[in-house]
Amino acid sequence: MIPDLRIGLGEWELANPVMTAAGCAGSGRELARFFDIARIGAVVTKSVTLEPRAGRPAPRIAETPSGVLSAVGLQGPGIDVLLQRDLPWLLSRGARVVVSVAGGSADEYAELARRLSEAPGVAMIEVNLSSPDPARGGRHFVQDSAAAARVVGAVRENARADIPVFAKLSPDVSDLVGLAADCVEAGADGLAMINTVRGMAIDADTLRPAVAGGMGGLSGPAIRPIAVACVYQVHAALPEVPIVGMGGVRTGADAMEFLLAGASAVAVGSALFHDPSACVRVVRELERELVDRGVERVGSLVGAAHRTAGAAGVAAE
Amino acid sequence: MSDVRPVQMSSPVLTVRQVDAYHAITVVAPGIAERFRSGQFVAVAVGGEHSSMLTRRVFAIHEVKPDYGGTVEFLFTVRGRGTAWLAERRSRDLLDVIGPLGRPFPLPRDPVNCVLVGGGAGSAPLFPLAHALRRRGCRVDFVLGAATASRVFSAITARRIAETATFTTDDGSFGTRGRVTDVLDQVIDDACSDVVYACGPMPMLREVTAAAARHGIPIQVSVEETMACGTGVCMSCVVPVVGEDGITRMARACVDGPVFRGERVRFDDVGTIPFDALGAPGWKARASGEDRAREAG
Ligand SMILES: Cc1cc2nc3c(=O)[nH]c(=O)nc-3n(C[C@H](O)[C@H](O)[C@H](O)COP(=O)(O)OP(=O)(O)OC[C@H]3O[C@@H](n4cnc5c(N)ncnc54)[C@H](O)[C@@H]3O)c2cc1C
Ligand SMILES: Cc1cc2nc3c(=O)[nH]c(=O)nc-3n(C[C@H](O)[C@H](O)[C@H](O)COP(=O)(O)O)c2cc1C
Ligand code: FES
Repeated sequence: MIPDLRIGLGEWELANPVMTAAGCAGSGRELARFFDIARIGAVVTKSVTLEPRAGRPAPRIAETPSGVLSAVGLQGPGIDVLLQRDLPWLLSRGARVVVSVAGGSADEYAELARRLSEAPGVAMIEVNLSSPDPARGGRHFVQDSAAAARVVGAVRENARADIPVFAKLSPDVSDLVGLAADCVEAGADGLAMINTVRGMAIDADTLRPAVAGGMGGLSGPAIRPIAVACVYQVHAALPEVPIVGMGGVRTGADAMEFLLAGASAVAVGSALFHDPSACVRVVRELERELVDRGVERVGSLVGAAHRTAGAAGVAAE
Repeated sequence: MSDVRPVQMSSPVLTVRQVDAYHAITVVAPGIAERFRSGQFVAVAVGGEHSSMLTRRVFAIHEVKPDYGGTVEFLFTVRGRGTAWLAERRSRDLLDVIGPLGRPFPLPRDPVNCVLVGGGAGSAPLFPLAHALRRRGCRVDFVLGAATASRVFSAITARRIAETATFTTDDGSFGTRGRVTDVLDQVIDDACSDVVYACGPMPMLREVTAAAARHGIPIQVSVEETMACGTGVCMSCVVPVVGEDGITRMARACVDGPVFRGERVRFDDVGTIPFDALGAPGWKARASGEDRAREAG
C-alpha cells in the first residue's frame, strides 16, 4: 500500500503536507542544489517587504540546546526582485510557491498583496504578523489582535480571490485563540503557527548577548512542545480552519505529531540549517510512519488527537 | 553562488591525528574531493543523529587526495562542544559532511608571483591553493603567523612548496616576533609579488588588504564569519561587501564568499549594517544624494 499524501488546505490541495518555513529556505535555489523542490508540498519564501532591507548586524545567530536563537531581521531584496527573479525561477522548477509578506503598516501589506495578485503563480500568501508596527512603538502587529486583524483584512481585500491568505501567529501573546479567531474573522483562510519564541542567550566570554540584537527568536526542537500546544488549542477552538504547523519539525514523526494536534500541513524551518534535504526526508519518513501504522490517507490523521477518548483538556493549566 | 553543486554525504573517518596544535580529520568523500577547488570548505554535522547541536560546523578543506576514491582532510582547534565532539571521532565513524561549499580562490591565468598570507588555522586553505598555483607555474611565497610556535601550521610543508616561507609569532617563539603584516611589505618587495591571497581573522585581513593596496596589487581574502548552515539558507554569515555597481550589500560569506576581493570588504564596518548598505535606513538618502550630485556636476 502506498499511502495517499495529498492534503487539502481549505480549497487548496498540496501533493504532500511538507513545506519549508519562511526565512529558512533562502531563495529556493540554495536548497534546489540538494533536492528537487517540486517534490515537496510548497516552498515558502522569506518574508518579502516593499523595499529592500539590510537586516540586523552580525552575530545574527547562536546555537542553544536543541534550538537556534536568531535575529536576522528581514534582510531581503524587496518585492520587485522577488517578482522579477525568484518567483519565476521557483515556478520554472515546478515548485508551488507561498509568498510570505511583511510590512510596517496595513497599507504596505495591502500593496504587497496587490502586487502579488498581479503576478501569475502565487499559490498562497502568508502574512507574517511578527513585524514591528512603527505606529505603536515597534510592538509587533501580532501583539494586538485589532492591529493584526487590520493587517489580515487589508491583505484579504487586496489579494486575488483565488489566492488563500494565511495569518502567521506567534506564541508570545496573551490570548492565542482570541487572536486566531480575530484573524479568521478578518478574512484569513487559514493559520500558520508558530513563529519563533522570544529568547536570549548571553556569552560568558564577551559578557554580551550572543546575538547582536540582544533578544532573538528561538526555533528548533526546543520549541516543539510549545508549538504543538498552540496548534492543539487553536484547532480545538476553530476546527474548520486549516493550520500549517511548525516549530521544531525535524523528522517524519515530528510532522505526524503536528497533524495529530490539528495541523493539515507542516513547515520545516531551522532543521534545514542542519540538513538541507530535511523536507524530502520528512516526506519519506512520514510516509513510512503511515505504512507502519496502516494509515491509508494522511488526511485522516489531522486532529486525530482530539478524537481519542480521554484526550487531554485544552486548558491543561 | 558558486556553480559547483555541493553534495551531502555520510563519510567514513579514515584518520584522526594531531598536527602541531591542531586536530586533523581525513574522511572518505569522493563526491566532495572530485569537485573541490582551493578555498572551498565543508559543513559538518556534530553530535550524532539526535544531537541537540543544530547548526553545522564549517572547516576549510586542507587537502584532497585520490586515495579510496577521494579523501578530504580538514584541521580544527577545539573551541566548543562541537569541535570537542569531533576530536573524539575515530576511524570508521561516520560523519555527515556537506561540501565543497563556497566560492573558491580565483587563479591567475598567467604564471605570476603570489604571496600567500595565513593566520593560525587560516593557513589550512592556503596549502591546496599553493599546489594549484605551482601547477600553473606561479611563484609562491608564504607568510604564516600565529600566537605561538605550536600554532604555526605545517611550517615544513610550507618551506617545501614555496620559494620562501616567512613565519611570525606574537610571542617570538618561532620566526619573527610580531604579526604577519610586520614582514609582509618586505616579502612583497623581495618576491616582486603580483598578487596576495590571505586567510585568517578579520583584523589581519584588513591589515593585509591595506598592505596590498600600498603596493598596488590585487588581493583575494577568505573571510570568517559565524556560520550556522554553510549552504546559504540561514542568512547568519553576512559581511558588508561593495559590489561592482558601488553598492554595499550584506553578502553571505558562505555562498557569495568566503573569498572576496579584499578592497571590496568593508572591514571597518564588519559587525554592523553600514547606514548606506542596500536596504539600510540610509541607503535611499545616499542614492538620491548621489543623483543630486550628478545633476549638479
Ligand atoms: C569559512 C570558514 C572556515 C573555517 N575553517 C576552519 C578551520 O579550517 N579550522 C578551524 O579550526 N576552524 C575553522 N573555522 C572556525 C570553525 O567553524 C569554528 O571554530 C567552529 O565552528 C567552532 O565550533 P564549536 O562547536 O567548537 O564552538 P561553539 O562556540 O560551541 O560553536 C557554536 C556555534 O558557533 C559557530 N561558530 C563559532 N565560532 C565560529 C567561527 N569562528 N566561525 C564560524 N562559525 C563559528 C559554530 O558553527 C556553531 O554554530 C572556520 C570558519 C569559517 C567561517
Ligand atoms: C533564521 C530564521 C529566519 C526566519 N525568517 C522568517 C521570516 O522571514 N518570516 C517568518 O514569518 N518567519 C521567519 N522565521 C520563523 C520560521 O518560519 C518558523 O516559524 C520558526 O523558525 C519555527 O520553526 P522551526 O522550529 O522549524 O525553525 C525565521 C526563522 C529563523 C530561524
Ligand atoms: S551560514 Fe547560513 S547563510 Fe551562510
